[in-house]
Amino acid sequence: MNEVLLRRLTPGVLGILVRRGADFAAAEDAVQDALVEAVRVWPADPPRDPKGWLVTVAWRKFLDATRADTARRRREDLVDEEPAPGSAPAVDDTLQLYFLCAHPSLTPSSAVALTLRAVGGLTTRQIAQAYLVPETTMAQRISRAKRTVSGVRFDKAGDVATVLRVLYLVFNEGYSGDIDLAAEAIRLTRRLAAAIDHPEVAGLLALMLLHHARRAARTAPDGSLVPLAEQDRGRWDTRSIAEGVEILQAALARDRLGEFQAQAAIAALHADAPAAEETDWVQIVEWYDELARLTDSPVVRLNRAVAVGEADGPRAGLAALAALDDSLPRHAAVAAYLHERDGDPATAARLYAEAAQKASNLAERVHLTRQAARLNARRYP
Amino acid sequence: MAKYLLLKHYRGAPAPANDVPMDRWTPEEISAHVQYMNDFAARLEKTGEFVDSQALAPEGTFVRYDGEGRPPVTDGPFAETKDLIAGWMVIDVDSYERAVELAGELSAAPGAGGKPIHEWLELRPFYGLSPTISDSDCSFK
Repeated sequence: MNEVLLRRLTPGVLGILVRRGADFAAAEDAVQDALVEAVRVWPADPPRDPKGWLVTVAWRKFLDATRADTARRRREDLVDEEPAPGSAPAVDDTLQLYFLCAHPSLTPSSAVALTLRAVGGLTTRQIAQAYLVPETTMAQRISRAKRTVSGVRFDKAGDVATVLRVLYLVFNEGYSGDIDLAAEAIRLTRRLAAAIDHPEVAGLLALMLLHHARRAARTAPDGSLVPLAEQDRGRWDTRSIAEGVEILQAALARDRLGEFQAQAAIAALHADAPAAEETDWVQIVEWYDELARLTDSPVVRLNRAVAVGEADGPRAGLAALAALDDSLPRHAAVAAYLHERDGDPATAARLYAEAAQKASNLAERVHLTRQAARLNARRYP
Repeated sequence: MAKYLLLKHYRGAPAPANDVPMDRWTPEEISAHVQYMNDFAARLEKTGEFVDSQALAPEGTFVRYDGEGRPPVTDGPFAETKDLIAGWMVIDVDSYERAVELAGELSAAPGAGGKPIHEWLELRPFYGLSPTISDSDCSFK
């Protein structure tokens, strides 16, 4: 049973059903039913044309469901009149699905769930497990999302930026359960990049590949965080880095800079340094300046202060930090780091302990507490 | 089977025997502590007694309704709040005795000097569902 193949075929099959006149919500249910049947039937009786099989079965499921629902008489008439197979190329259907599932009328969590199910071909149970919520909750979230977009016409070009935001969320937030959501986000972004020629799609794909390349080095065997400077760079995935850099260079050459390309450029400069001390911080500061110009995000300015601290010394970093609101997340952690580099372990230890109190996840809290402990152990041996 | 909540407090529980704040431990002692907690949860998963475990950030906000058409009122965080929950573990065990035994083990997590913290954990039984066959039913038989 090839689950990867099944999931790769899902959006195309769904697109064909919609093109044949099925409404999105009903088509999506029918495709899920067909997937379940495929899982049951294929191991003993694999089809010669998997996609054709799925389209046939999903269409039959759709007709059965529609006919069974007498209250939907009018739609049944529409369906019976509808001409057979869709004429548009599959890649178009897939692209339209991305736009629909990331529609601006959806909340981020709904868009993420709908994208993973309708485009990614994941089951509701798998998505629920990945986001640590009960399956019934996820099922409700998905059906509400489908109702929200049910009136959206399938033939209109959507907003690439909303799609990228959803894929970024999938990549950045999900790492629990059996499904590797980071890998899934890369797979979906790769398909999007194949379907649409857009430098920011390439930029996001490059960013994901460059960060994913560091994954093995990012956590210690006990699950604790390993900061970038202390990572064993021999464990970085060089193939993933090479691919990310190549995609990024092609995107940058088109001279339509965007947020994701700039972030990927920073990640590429880190990836390019054989050792932390050899990092080209001057160039990284320049990229943060670009990024700040593009987004005007306080988080970017905070990260920029770290880069300035590396490029021009901790005093310069602290000066850059002084201009920022100290209620920003991770402000205390950055200040602690810069004070330690400036030779003030007492202040650094106090700030690390303060930062630990404000950490947004347990791994980060333990990491920051350990930083405070390391400095305190030196001061009170 | 009965479910119990093992409640861990930042503040509000009696002081533990080994009462050194975590940022005064060595990094190795912190690692050993985290490892102990992870191993404990993994072991309960294997025995089929683990339900859930979550940790809470120390800062929170109080919120209440403020009348029709008005936004909710918020207050806090209160630095002086006496009772502050740090997190919990939910277990599903055969008896109260087993719950006490497990809480005791969790409280033995190592702290400063590698010695057990002897941290006080609050053990609270969940209200369960009414049993299908209740005592009164039985008395009619």
